[in-house]
Amino acid sequence: MRRQREAIQDHAAEAQLFKRRALVAFSLVVLLFVIILFNMYHLQVRSYHEYQTRSEGNRIKVVPVAPNRGLIYDRNGILLAENTPVHSLEIIPEQVADLTKTLAELAELIEITPEQQQSFLQDVQRQRRFNSIALKEQLTEQEVAVLAVNQHRFPGVTLEARLSRTYPFGDLFTHSIGYIGRINSNDLQRLREQDLAANYAASRDIGKIGLERYYEQLLHGTVGYQEVEVNNRGRVIRTLRSDPAISGKDLILSLDVGLQLTAQQALEGLRGAVVALDPRTGAILAFYSNPGYDPNLFVHGISSANYNALLNSFDRPLINRVTQGIYPPASTIKPHMALIGLDQGIITPTSRIWDPGYYQLPNYSRRFRNWRRHGQGWVNVYGAIIQSNDTYFYDMAVRLGIDAISDSMKQFGFGQRTGIDIHEESAAIMPSRGWKRARFNQPWFPGDTVSLGIGQSYWTTTPLQLATSTAILVNRGDSVVPALLQGTRFQGEFEAKPYQRQPAVRIQDPQHWQVILDAMEQTVNTREGTAFRAFQGTSYSSGGKTGTAQIVSIAQDAKYDADALQEQHRDNAMYVGYAPAVDPTIVVAIVVENTGGGGSTAAPVARQLFDYYFSAGVNQ
Amino acid sequence: MNDVISESQRPRGLAIFHIDTPLLLGLLALMGFGLLVLYSASGQSQAMMQAQLIRLGLAFAVMVVFAQISPLTYKRWGLPVFLLGLLMLVAVLLVGEIGKGAQRWLNLGFVRFQPSELMKLAVPLAIAWFISNHNLPPKLWRLLLGFVMCVIPTLLIAKQPDLGTALLIATSGIMVLFLAGMSWRLIVFIGALVSSLLPVMWFFVMHDYQKRRVLTFLNPETDPLGSGYHIIQSKIAIGSGGLQGKGWLQGTQSQLEFLPERHTDFIFSVLSEEFGLVGVVLLISLYLFVIARCMLIAIRAQDSFSKLVAGSFTMTFFVYVFVNIGMVSGLLPVVGVPLPLVSFGGTSMVTLLAAFGILMSIATHKRILASS
Repeated sequence: MRRQREAIQDHAAEAQLFKRRALVAFSLVVLLFVIILFNMYHLQVRSYHEYQTRSEGNRIKVVPVAPNRGLIYDRNGILLAENTPVHSLEIIPEQVADLTKTLAELAELIEITPEQQQSFLQDVQRQRRFNSIALKEQLTEQEVAVLAVNQHRFPGVTLEARLSRTYPFGDLFTHSIGYIGRINSNDLQRLREQDLAANYAASRDIGKIGLERYYEQLLHGTVGYQEVEVNNRGRVIRTLRSDPAISGKDLILSLDVGLQLTAQQALEGLRGAVVALDPRTGAILAFYSNPGYDPNLFVHGISSANYNALLNSFDRPLINRVTQGIYPPASTIKPHMALIGLDQGIITPTSRIWDPGYYQLPNYSRRFRNWRRHGQGWVNVYGAIIQSNDTYFYDMAVRLGIDAISDSMKQFGFGQRTGIDIHEESAAIMPSRGWKRARFNQPWFPGDTVSLGIGQSYWTTTPLQLATSTAILVNRGDSVVPALLQGTRFQGEFEAKPYQRQPAVRIQDPQHWQVILDAMEQTVNTREGTAFRAFQGTSYSSGGKTGTAQIVSIAQDAKYDADALQEQHRDNAMYVGYAPAVDPTIVVAIVVENTGGGGSTAAPVARQLFDYYFSAGVNQ
Repeated sequence: MNDVISESQRPRGLAIFHIDTPLLLGLLALMGFGLLVLYSASGQSQAMMQAQLIRLGLAFAVMVVFAQISPLTYKRWGLPVFLLGLLMLVAVLLVGEIGKGAQRWLNLGFVRFQPSELMKLAVPLAIAWFISNHNLPPKLWRLLLGFVMCVIPTLLIAKQPDLGTALLIATSGIMVLFLAGMSWRLIVFIGALVSSLLPVMWFFVMHDYQKRRVLTFLNPETDPLGSGYHIIQSKIAIGSGGLQGKGWLQGTQSQLEFLPERHTDFIFSVLSEEFGLVGVVLLISLYLFVIARCMLIAIRAQDSFSKLVAGSFTMTFFVYVFVNIGMVSGLLPVVGVPLPLVSFGGTSMVTLLAAFGILMSIATHKRILASS
């Protein structure tokens, strides 16, 4: 009994002990639950706004949307720069189980070069795992088809389509339209300085040279935004709000594809430049520098091999000869010179000089030769222009003096940029006393003035300057600013771009314009004229002036071998011309490097342009 | 007193099937709520729901079977099963299969088996058997031996490494000792000892990944894309749920997969995000109800063995809940412990319901025990 009682007592005591401990444990449970609930209250009620904001920040991303770049058309609506879809093969490493295996399998379907593979693997190292990384760009249609069919085999491998700039005419418009390329750090910095960086948030490319660069802001358009919900891998689940991008404006150029092609054919195998413009407005009809190069190479990043080939080519295709080619104007400026002489009263339409075949400064022994060795005898201003008499202009230049020549020629735009709507333009050099002092720290010598009379010495011009200065002659003083852009089109609405003008050139007796234009017309129409042969039998009337520039090197640091040096010493052929002779609608300037006489080489190029211009009715 | 016992022993309702009705209802409510959350957390995956339902059904069957077995049987088999489990744990370390970076599985030819799950039941059963053989409170040497019985499997499991399970098993063993009346002085002493041993653990025992977890726990924002990511995203999910939640299936953190392991260890974050503080209070209330009911079963149990086993299981269940919620809400370091009855998961669910089966057995086998 006693033992049993003890046992029961023990049992009761044990139950009591356990009950106490159990209650302690349960109190602990309650306490810890209270702590949890307090923490939850802290997170969900007191810090609600903070976490709410972070949750929104997690899921909502604002994604910029790139606008479509404006297209570029010629004057007849032919597409010169378009946006075509290109496909690239991209991989999201995170979603690929075995990258090496996937690459090997893809390589069985399409060609993947070791370089592409290597650069891809490098990008994989550098970028986040969930970013899409390009393995191969610019897939051919066949590659796209093969990959599309097999895509189910490759999770994480995607075909991305983008619009990419293409220039269907290749090298025909490179120097005018230019090209776009990837935005680099310099571009980015410039955009930041101009406060435009936000507008480029989604853009990959920017105009690098030519019109693409000059009219970048018109072409680019306005960036759009999409507010999207994304998951943890950044994949877009749905769009919450969107603010569409606004496409760039289309550019309508005054250039004519047919005229360009004519220029290209005429210059085939030659180095040179052709520019044609409408003297009434400055609208450029043809703008061609030969040789050109394919701008499409630059859009996706040119290979260094291709680039070095272009850079080191003897023909220097990268130079825009129309606006950056620096040439002595030679005899093409004789009409301008004569006009200044008439205006300053140095000569009259009938005054004559005796040409013995050379000119000699008083008290100097050096003889400045006429190109016609034995002289022309008595010669007046008409004869001097028609036959391009050097002696006449040596004499006149000396009598005008450097200051009068320099000041007047600057009114014709020499030594200054024309203001054409591309940035690649050189001012060339209209020498003066001050210029020579600054450049060579030397005084101006009378001998310098003599050869200025025939457009040599230090005087240089660009073909475009020759064209605009000739336009001033045919306009009888009115000065236009050359422009490639005719107008813009946005959502079907055409908006003409107003043409600009420079201050007109004023002379005392407007009759003198006619003297010069008559002489230029006779250069073409009379048997003695230097351009007579080139323009025989045209259905239209025209005027012009030939030029043959001695030994020339255009500004570029380049090495020449012996053979090249000789070629480089040959004369440049030049021609400026206009048509029709009365109320001209087209002015051209032609330079052909190192081929000899202007009449024999350059004038025929002008003839071909005029022929096409009138037969195709370009400017009507 | 006899009257009271016989009054409470009279089988009522489901008790004739050895089922404790209030506990059953509590468990069903938790499971129902859990399924609701899982549907959302799984990204409305039919396959996952099906798997979970099958698993719940199986676990439920195990519970019912375990409830039929008399506590006496458990008392008898406690030690043999414990010893078998120890052998298997050693075997796992020697020849075990590796899954998810840890060596936990033993391939018995016909089935892959996690011995650590067995030990979740065997450790408290064996220690309770050992302690309850003599009067309570136990003597010091008994406590020490009981402690050793608990430490050996804990270390073996921690070595796999499976810190979460090791923690639960340590809790189950220590809870037996605590409930058995281990003196407060000893508790304080051990507490002091453990805190002085922590640095030793840090430098000699813990794996790098475990240290990293602790470090990121202390300051998750230092590594927002690495190991701190889980905690940060989880806290964002919970906090952005607010008072009423974003609504079922509407949690952006979970639906857009910012939340890691959202259907397993981090399912509580999904619940908090979609059901808000209201849902959290409901869940905690359900857990508290289950724990309270189990504690009542322990207190009402007939003998010390049953009391200790029931109490230990109850507290282990609580530790599950607390460690999981503490982990996902940033109160505790990230330890891989699922939210019981809610998380998607296999073996641990079966073990858990087996333990509830044993609890029900204890609750419903009183008469038999008293008469024996």
